[in-house]
Amino acid sequence: MGFDYLFQAGHLERLLAGLWVTARIAFISVFFSAILGTLLGVIMTSKSRVVRLACQLYLEAMRIIPILVLLFIFYFGLATWLDWQLSASGVCIVVFVLWGTAEMGDLVRAAITSIDRHQRDSAYAIGLTQRQALLYVVFPQSLKRVTPGAINLFTRMVKTSSLAALIGVVEVIKVGQQIIENSLLTVPSASLWIYGFIFILYFLICYPLSLLATHLERVWE
Amino acid sequence: MDWQYIEQVSPQFAKALWMTLQISVLSIILAMVVGLVCSVLITYRVRVLDRLAKIYIELSRNTPLLIQLFFLYYGLPKIGIRIDGFACGVIGLTFLGGSYMAEAFRAGLQSVAKGQIDSAKSIGLTPAQIFRYVIFPQALTVSIPAIGANCLFLIKESSVVSAIAVVELLFVTKDVIGMDYKTSEALALLITAYLIILLPVSLFTRFLEHRSRRGLHGV
Repeated sequence: MGFDYLFQAGHLERLLAGLWVTARIAFISVFFSAILGTLLGVIMTSKSRVVRLACQLYLEAMRIIPILVLLFIFYFGLATWLDWQLSASGVCIVVFVLWGTAEMGDLVRAAITSIDRHQRDSAYAIGLTQRQALLYVVFPQSLKRVTPGAINLFTRMVKTSSLAALIGVVEVIKVGQQIIENSLLTVPSASLWIYGFIFILYFLICYPLSLLATHLERVWE
Repeated sequence: MDWQYIEQVSPQFAKALWMTLQISVLSIILAMVVGLVCSVLITYRVRVLDRLAKIYIELSRNTPLLIQLFFLYYGLPKIGIRIDGFACGVIGLTFLGGSYMAEAFRAGLQSVAKGQIDSAKSIGLTPAQIFRYVIFPQALTVSIPAIGANCLFLIKESSVVSAIAVVELLFVTKDVIGMDYKTSEALALLITAYLIILLPVSLFTRFLEHRSRRGLHGV
């Protein structure tokens, strides 16, 4: 079967190193999306119509264009129009942060607006400033409502980071392809095993995350 | 912008647009069928099969489409199962979309009040009739916004199918950029093509959402 040949220490190590590249892109994107998304969410609750409209426009643009298309636009576009050569993984991070910020912003906005109006009024009544009310009253309550959705978003980002392979980032799928090409003669069925293995690898990462999201949703209901 | 070049490659993009549409529509329809079957199996706790449906949903939701496609397209031929790119794309998107559609239908099915089913039984409808005339229409109204969102999602995901050499929009764009280095023109055509499909679908979904909300709450 050549199964043991494919998953000998050297190959396994390379696959895991590839997975680490994917994970790093996902981690960095998630980190910045969470911070910028929270900011955007607060801005989206602004009273100014112009600000709200601008945010909405950004959100819709990010939602309607496929991520892979965004990756291509930034990968080829930045180099052509701005003469700015960003590495492939840099492009991935930029695109994922832009997309993640929009989605996260919408989650935060929904959570903030779902907090009962009285909560804010009472906070003002006891003399809190607007910022204090947001920080000590609205945020802690929104956190429960945001978290399950945010975890789901992170799972999506981990899955989507697989697309990095298509603009040439040497992550887990690309490493898999290299191993398959190398062992074409010795193990003809390599692609079945390697792709099957990566399939399971992704599942092992994403499934616990979804379980956690469902669990939190149920507990905090 | 080189308009002459745009004119020259537009037919290629039009063809690719058609391919994207075909692959999306076909997989949306199949995903709805898969989703409906799974949601019924799970909601009515059909023995053993509901377990299988749940396993399928978790597998499909927690793995990227790209690796699903690679497995189908490059992996399966090694054990003698050869499927062409287009079919792989449709199967992959159906596999992915089925679980999302199942969730959408399940939310709808669960929202149907138990009294409705009891009343239907009391006037002597058979289980099949109850599902067809009482449960399904009410469930659908609730599910429609989520189904619309899933349709958009699947059309967008169809861009990933370019990775297994299906000549759809992204594939043609890559091709054109590689051949003539007309990056701006190709990317502009790519975005325009996607907006042509996605904008109407997005607006229509929103319209349906408003209508179904009005239908539910009578506002």
